[in-house]
Amino acid sequence: MMLSPQDVRDMALGAAILGAGGGGDPYIGMLMAIQAIEKGKKVELVDPDNVDDNDFIVPIAMMGTPTVLIEKIPGGDEVIWVLRSIEKYYGREANYITQIEAGGVNSMIPIVAAAYTGKPLLNGDGMGRAFPELQMVTFHLIGVKATPMVLSDERGNSVILDTIDNFWAEKIARAITIKFGGSAYIAIYAMSGKEYKRGVVKYTPLLALELGRTIREAKKRGVNVFDAILDIVKGFTLFRGKIIDVARFNLGGFARGEVTIEGFDEYRNSRVVIKFQNENLVAIKDGEVIATTPDIISILDIESAKPITTERLRYGLRVAVIGIPCDSKWRTEEGIKTVGPRYFGYDVDYVPIEIRIRGV
Amino acid sequence: MARYILGVDVGSTHTDAVIVDENGNFISGAKTITTPDVTTGIVTSMRLVLEKSMVNRDEIAAVSFGTTHIINAIVQRKNLGRVGVIRIGAPATRSVDPGLDWPEDLRKSVIAGYTIVRGGHEYTGENIVELDRDSIVKALNAFNGMGVDAIAVTSVFSIVNPEHELFVREEASRIAPEIPIVLSYEIGSIGLLERENATILNAAVLKVMQRAITALEKALSDLGLGHAKMFFAQNDGTVATKEYIARYPIFTVVAPISNSIRGAYVLTRISDAIVVDTGGTTSNIGVLRRGYPRESLEIEIAGVRTNIRSPDVIAVGLAGGSIVKVLGDSILVGPESVGYRLIEDGIAWGGNTLTATDIALAKGVMTIDDPRCRPELAKQKIDLVLVEKVYEKMVKMLEDSIDRIKTGPELETVILVGGGSAMWPRKLAGAKEVIRPEFAQYANAVGAATALIGASVEKAFSYESISREKAIATVIDEAKKRAIEAGANPSTLDVAEIEEIAMPYLPGNAVKVRVKVIGRLKL
Repeated sequence: MMLSPQDVRDMALGAAILGAGGGGDPYIGMLMAIQAIEKGKKVELVDPDNVDDNDFIVPIAMMGTPTVLIEKIPGGDEVIWVLRSIEKYYGREANYITQIEAGGVNSMIPIVAAAYTGKPLLNGDGMGRAFPELQMVTFHLIGVKATPMVLSDERGNSVILDTIDNFWAEKIARAITIKFGGSAYIAIYAMSGKEYKRGVVKYTPLLALELGRTIREAKKRGVNVFDAILDIVKGFTLFRGKIIDVARFNLGGFARGEVTIEGFDEYRNSRVVIKFQNENLVAIKDGEVIATTPDIISILDIESAKPITTERLRYGLRVAVIGIPCDSKWRTEEGIKTVGPRYFGYDVDYVPIEIRIRGV
Repeated sequence: MARYILGVDVGSTHTDAVIVDENGNFISGAKTITTPDVTTGIVTSMRLVLEKSMVNRDEIAAVSFGTTHIINAIVQRKNLGRVGVIRIGAPATRSVDPGLDWPEDLRKSVIAGYTIVRGGHEYTGENIVELDRDSIVKALNAFNGMGVDAIAVTSVFSIVNPEHELFVREEASRIAPEIPIVLSYEIGSIGLLERENATILNAAVLKVMQRAITALEKALSDLGLGHAKMFFAQNDGTVATKEYIARYPIFTVVAPISNSIRGAYVLTRISDAIVVDTGGTTSNIGVLRRGYPRESLEIEIAGVRTNIRSPDVIAVGLAGGSIVKVLGDSILVGPESVGYRLIEDGIAWGGNTLTATDIALAKGVMTIDDPRCRPELAKQKIDLVLVEKVYEKMVKMLEDSIDRIKTGPELETVILVGGGSAMWPRKLAGAKEVIRPEFAQYANAVGAATALIGASVEKAFSYESISREKAIATVIDEAKKRAIEAGANPSTLDVAEIEEIAMPYLPGNAVKVRVKVIGRLKL
């Protein structure tokens, strides 16, 4: 299918829900994609099943600080340069572009890249949600390396990184990003079609699009928007209530903290505490854990069903907390080790959300 | 000779005027219906209060307006100027054009043309690339040739380093001296698109403001107030001279909302509280902090995102004229309102529309000083059980909104102001106390009349290249300069607020410093 500007708007809204409170505001990325499509560029969304084993797949994303992104907006050519550089380094042309992250701003950058380069965009990603670190992708779980990677800026500078491991990739890439002025556009985890098909979380871009469209249309059609959302993602309402406290501690570059929600309706007399580090990671109801990472915990406005990012949580908001099962690739020993609650420092075992909620 | 100040505030339903003495004491007030052209209502309200107060017109030293001229012009797309837009930021920023996310009709009526030239700065203040001076000269010539009404200039990170925007002003004074230039670093905060939007809108309403000033000058002179100094209320609860506002009209776009919050402070001298301003159509719920409205950095103006400073308020369509609808078990109060037709359509005035005011009158919590209003009509016609149910619902809606604007569960003082505020009870959930001060119905105009001159300046620094003390001193100096420009008496200047916000994930201690300076009117 070809993406329309309205599809992009819907996808941005859905991506914010899959972002689990983090991933950065997709707004600027959304405008970039809309402008490209309005100017006649085409973005074709392709089923991962169509990928050949020998195809060359390039995930594209941005890294850097939100303050810089909203001020020094991309020029648009950066995504072309990252793709050209990685193609040159590997000595082969990319067949497809893909998302590394289905949630937040990085859901949008690959759409922009697809529009400017004319490469089709694959209907899948490497997380099924948003996560903060380079190695937290499903391609890492199957042994794909983050590097060789490329970083480009708006001036046309490109840097190729080939590191001994993903830790060094993260460390050096951050330093280059600062020199670029605080933001960089990256091609990372370049891989073969065979690897992609093994590692991908399928159909997340389309899922985001459907989520956004459902929210937009629910009011018009007079259906309950939360029921419609949960139906699409096979998720659960975890709680409904009012935020009565938001505590924040800024540690090591992460927006850490916890939000306390006091229940209403059928949740009256209960409280939920959600611990977050950029993303919502653990939900605890009256002392009992009800959901943890890597399952998606999203906090939505109770009226509009619009997702609320962790930096926008504040006292008095009326919210619904929903839980969405993560992709099964995360539910492996290696997956849990990489993105489970213990990796983020919470002394909790991962139990799939369906089992926590329904007991099966 | 005594000196008085006349304050006027334009609401969606009523336009109010008050006269206060030099110490801010209330002398007299009058209300009239807001007119579509705004100015006629303002003139009527001034005439009424002058007649009622019998104050000698020579003794009116200043007149201060909280007006909706600007917001109306933008919302109605009326008389807007054609703006030439220069953005300095290429090769960055080209992926999102100016005005991309605006409502299409507004974009078409305002943006005459745009260009994105090479230049702008990094967060460190260094050049992204060298400024393309030739392209700027070319753009200025082109816009001059097109005969645009104004030019709006936005450069990347100009709040860290405005030199590229200043270069454009310099060149324009040579190439197109007749065309006003608006620079973004004087208008908004970090966030290129939002700041650019605010800058373009400011440029688009320069003519509207000039026309309003001319009309009001004539009105003042017709009323025998030609000698009085003219001020306009700003979004942050302060005022500035007409000369200053003529250059920065966007700073008045939501001023009436701040006037009420500021007026609540003046009438009670309580500096920290929740303020509920209930008019005919809307209740605005805001927060007083240290005597001024708590601000928010995001405001959407007629569908356009901007980042000018504005009061942080929740607006609910629940006020005096709100229409009450009962359908079986469900009760709907507002957002539809009879507005000023309350005195024709309301049940208590013999009409047929059930309004929030009728409910309050029937419950007996409210009295209205109008001989045509007959509360007994409301009491006879509306079922008592229904009255209780609807009133309970109205109060719950208000309490929920009050709770939403709070930042914590602590009990707060709630101050009720505005023409419709008499309908609320003297006890509210979440409130330590509920106060409805004398002259509450005139709080907005009192706010306009008693406001001080204010100016805010925001700049970003890296504390590695400049010491913290020096950075803050620089911003204070600039804010003082702006406050004097805005009409403050230099010997009364006072730093009201210093705010430092660290910009996360950047090295070199990148910090945003904002200073607000206030001073007394130079009369």
